[in-house]
Amino acid sequence: MSSPLRPLPIWADVALIPLINVAAAFVISGFVVLAIGENPLEAVQILITGALGDLEGIGFTLYYATSFIFTGLAVAICFHAGLFNIGVEGQAYVAGLGAALAALHLGFLPGYSLVIVAIIGAALFGAAFAFIPGYLQAKRDSHIVITTIMFNYIASALMGYLLVNVLREPSQMNPETPTFSIYGQVPQFHDLLAPLGIHWPVTPFNLSFLLALAAAFAVWVVIWRTRLGYEIRTVGANATAAVYGGISPARVTIVTTLLSGALAGGMAVNVILGEEHRLILEYTAGFGFVGIAVALMGRAHPVGIILAAILFGILYQGGAELAFEKPKISRDMIVVIQGLVVLFAGALEHMFRRPVAVLLARRTTSPPI
Amino acid sequence: MDLFNAFIVVFASGIRLGTPLILACLAGLWSERSGVVDIGLEGKILVGAFGSAAVATFTGSVWLGLLGGVAATIAVSLIHGYASIDQRANQIVSGTAINMVADGMTALIGNAIWSQGGRTPELPAYAQFQTIELPFARAFGAVPIVGPIYERLISGHDLITYVAFLLVPLTYWALYSTRFGLRLRAVGENPAAVDTAGISVRALRYGAVMICGVLVGLAGVYLVLSQEAYFQPHMSAGRGFIALAALVFAKWRPWPALATCLLFGFLDAVAIRMQGVELPVIGAVPVQAIEALPYILTVVLLAGFIGKAIPPKASGIPYVKER
Repeated sequence: MSSPLRPLPIWADVALIPLINVAAAFVISGFVVLAIGENPLEAVQILITGALGDLEGIGFTLYYATSFIFTGLAVAICFHAGLFNIGVEGQAYVAGLGAALAALHLGFLPGYSLVIVAIIGAALFGAAFAFIPGYLQAKRDSHIVITTIMFNYIASALMGYLLVNVLREPSQMNPETPTFSIYGQVPQFHDLLAPLGIHWPVTPFNLSFLLALAAAFAVWVVIWRTRLGYEIRTVGANATAAVYGGISPARVTIVTTLLSGALAGGMAVNVILGEEHRLILEYTAGFGFVGIAVALMGRAHPVGIILAAILFGILYQGGAELAFEKPKISRDMIVVIQGLVVLFAGALEHMFRRPVAVLLARRTTSPPI
Repeated sequence: MDLFNAFIVVFASGIRLGTPLILACLAGLWSERSGVVDIGLEGKILVGAFGSAAVATFTGSVWLGLLGGVAATIAVSLIHGYASIDQRANQIVSGTAINMVADGMTALIGNAIWSQGGRTPELPAYAQFQTIELPFARAFGAVPIVGPIYERLISGHDLITYVAFLLVPLTYWALYSTRFGLRLRAVGENPAAVDTAGISVRALRYGAVMICGVLVGLAGVYLVLSQEAYFQPHMSAGRGFIALAALVFAKWRPWPALATCLLFGFLDAVAIRMQGVELPVIGAVPVQAIEALPYILTVVLLAGFIGKAIPPKASGIPYVKER
């Protein structure tokens, strides 16, 4: 039924098709808003004003974006190895434990070296929790999709138990740890900029953002400029061929999931060390799953992921404002948009390819007048 | 005798908690046996629950509610089918998308219509499924041991529960004793061979995906019309994923699926009952440990430590006719 078509020009492949896919998700979201009796254009206006209208909005937007860069990178690095890590949510949750344990119990460390150790703790715990599904996929052929789904629930049960029964202060009602000391916190920008005479409103926007950008750059270097990255991409493209190239897919699988888990830990750095300053129940709030949408929309490239993460930051911050102004458009709308992005940029990514190819072919073959 | 009564209560509760798992698990079984992996069961349960709650609220009819819920899940299943079968999409990505859209959309629409944070109004009794008393349950109940089992364990559930239990042998018969079932299983193992025999891979897989929609829709309907009497956002609470775990645990076979779902439902019932209970010798068992048990057991099974769970060979792989 499908006659072979000339491959699309590179600009169409890299920019046009992804843009059409994402646009489709947003157009349908617009119809959803229309269906519940609100004006989509007005909604977009409130959303953008809430997210980017003032410094406070921008601060919150970038704070959310920081989490999404980390979770997006965590999902994307696995994509390159042909692995689907749905467990970023659970890995980020357990990483929070690593961050909190270090920040609470290593107080003897001098000054801000404490928070650096806490960051490493988050990365280690995230990686450790990702190790088991990675190992089982590599050595025992257990499908990583199923095991990571199971591990999300195991993380939830484990952390629930620890927070309620072990980590909670006896005097506290809420299942949460005590607050970390100042040296166990990642500084927020409004505190950092105040001595310089720059007034930035109080927002959770913190230095983790720079760490996220650095992580994005590091992922780019690893994937496209190192031997390991070459091996990851080869295994992702064709694991059988990789074996003939002297690459061990099992080793690559394990290393990739470890890196992915460590990146997921970045979310704990942003939220637990950067904003909450204590470990709280279910702090991940589904942001690990946002990473799937971010990675797909950003086409698993760090630059695309940063852009997609900022877009989702805008959606989450602006969505909160929108829900306040228009109670009918609750924050669930953002989850709908997120799902539609995954549907169109992920599952149906080739739906518009053929029409576009036909259209372009017709244009190039029609005689010039 | 007290212990015996306690057992009956917990087992009966396990059956009620296991019913949506059985339905969702059989749904996944039909889909995956045809080669279409479905991790969107969780979202589809929500859609079925919301559809039935919305229609039953507006019409006041339990039967129209049932139809509404099932129709809604069939529609969602067809989206997954279109992506997986016609668009040759990554089925995991498609399932993830369905979970997200379902989770957001049901809460959004529920909130937009009833302004109760996504909750629907409580249904009147006539718009719910009532428990059915099997013949002679009262009279037979006086017989020691067997009587209470019949009266309180086997009798006294609602229609969907009995349907769920009947669907197990029905699925077994349809998959293993009919031509359709043979072809369906073949298409999940080796679609090229089925295609060569002149049978449409596409039609079989669409058929399986629609059966999946009906069954998982019933799981959602059960939550609203049999259990809670209203819809609440995120009320599926991971049941779709537990059903997926049960499916792996049962190695994609109907009877073991029933046993696993009952086990997981029973564990759930025990977890509820054990809340804050001090046991002799071991002390209080953390509820979270029992809650996590289905997931841990499934991982252990997947790791190949207790037998090996091998999925249908072609599951998750789009069929490309031209190759």
